[in-house]
Amino acid sequence: MCADRPRRPGEAVRRVLSVRGLSVRYGRSVRALEEVDLEVGADSVLAVLGGNGAGKSTLLRAVSATLRLHGGGVTAGEIRFRDERLDRLDPAAVVRRGVVAVPEGRQVFARMTVEENLRAGGLGARSASVRSAARERVAELFPVLAERASQRAGLLSGGEQQMLAIGRALMSGPELLLLDEPSLGLAPQMVGRIARIIGEIHAQGTAVVLVEQNATMALEVADHAAVLEVGRIALTGTAEELAASDDVQRLYLGGHAESTERAEAEQAEALAHRPRRSLTRWAG
Amino acid sequence: MNTFLQLVLNGLGKGAVYALLALGFVVIFKATEVVNFAHGSLVLIGGYMVYATKDALGWPAAAALGIVSAALAALLIERLLIAHARNADVNSLALLTIGVDVIITEEIVRRLRADIPFIGDPYDAQPLQAAGLTVFRTQLVALIVGIVLITAFFLAFRFSSWGVAMRAQAENREAAALMGIRSSRVTATAWLLAGALAGVAVLFMATQDFSGAGLGRGTHAIALIAFPAAILGGLDSTVGAVVGGLIVGLTEALSAQYVSFEFSKSAVFLVMLLILVIRPSGLFGTRELSRV
Repeated sequence: MCADRPRRPGEAVRRVLSVRGLSVRYGRSVRALEEVDLEVGADSVLAVLGGNGAGKSTLLRAVSATLRLHGGGVTAGEIRFRDERLDRLDPAAVVRRGVVAVPEGRQVFARMTVEENLRAGGLGARSASVRSAARERVAELFPVLAERASQRAGLLSGGEQQMLAIGRALMSGPELLLLDEPSLGLAPQMVGRIARIIGEIHAQGTAVVLVEQNATMALEVADHAAVLEVGRIALTGTAEELAASDDVQRLYLGGHAESTERAEAEQAEALAHRPRRSLTRWAG
Repeated sequence: MNTFLQLVLNGLGKGAVYALLALGFVVIFKATEVVNFAHGSLVLIGGYMVYATKDALGWPAAAALGIVSAALAALLIERLLIAHARNADVNSLALLTIGVDVIITEEIVRRLRADIPFIGDPYDAQPLQAAGLTVFRTQLVALIVGIVLITAFFLAFRFSSWGVAMRAQAENREAAALMGIRSSRVTATAWLLAGALAGVAVLFMATQDFSGAGLGRGTHAIALIAFPAAILGGLDSTVGAVVGGLIVGLTEALSAQYVSFEFSKSAVFLVMLLILVIRPSGLFGTRELSRV
């Protein structure tokens, strides 16, 4: 099926990440995810769309094993990276397997310099050679970070902080990069820049899971997409399919809804009358 | 003038010892957010090992053993008690360390019986006289050792991978975890280091020069002076710990001479209160900010 692109044997249709029947709760009662199934191909960018509270960040926390830091836990299902279970590991072990997340709100180490932030990112690298290769890659992707190397990260602009957050995550040479709302709070021009950078990271062979509220940007960058609605996968398909779908057009690509209440009502209605032609619902 | 110079030198020597204690205290606080009230008992463990083994092993080996013991005791407290209570409130953990402190202190005092031994054999009670100054050798050695260790600490804290990991974790636990930094390892090394520094400090504290009091409850009381040192410097600042230690040492030495010996201990706390009134987070502490 992919005869035109040379790949290493055995990697042909490999899924790097597969999530099966994943349910997550915070505390005793708050259900954040319900039986979520997702797959990410070795060579793809998966966009995860959804409104506030849909469980997008929770999904990334579950993969990166940081749920516990937020008082949450996996109650059912499993997460596999290649063939290995991730849901029983600690965050550092997940990073060592090659799965690295950029958290929502960037969370750079504000009191440390740009250079020290990158160094911190490299602490999870499997070997020194991986680290030095990653350093070159980061320098190429983000020349601005080299210019600001000795500046405190807290003094960077929002866009630069986002670049630093992504660059820092790349420092351990991940095979799968998880990005949580990288466009949040950035000027449109900077959003375009970040999108191009994500495309480039993908082109260099890193699979990406991109969680976004900015569906326009996400569907441009991604090849596959999934829509999360109150903790469940509502739609999945290729990025083109989703971009063409009426629901996604109306809910995520159209004008902004005046109130969340109305948006929610619209979402519910749209989901109830979902056209089924080109979209495959993910069977649980 | 000579008296003043003498006092400053002795005060700085004492200050270096307080700085070592306060630094360990701050390092633990930064890594775990726990205020370690058991610091005084770590001091006693180190001192007791020196006292118990110096006749058999000779002083240098006994001193090394004391430092290692204090470090391992700190690690043990962290592994057995703190690491297992990861979800516990940091205030409960602080109370837990008070319990540990009482148990260890009472046991060591019981073992010492009526003894209050001095353990600074190579330098204690041999004042140096030069250029009209009389300087306690203990304080001088403490000052040199303090400068060397504190410099080494800051170089490591600033430039080594350990330092980067430590600072990253202190600033943002979640982001550090996402970088693949093993939080339990960072925490364990912080306690190990703090224990070792306490083990070094006691070699100067339980001497005639430093306090006139041998190893015992008195040493424990002196170790408590590290609290105001750390607090007035700013509980989360390593630089603050060192500056705070030196301020406390100087305050103690100068007020003992110019006011009275009895007043010197309360002078330390008065200075702390004064500084906290002006700067509530201490000299170098970061102000409590609401997270954005």
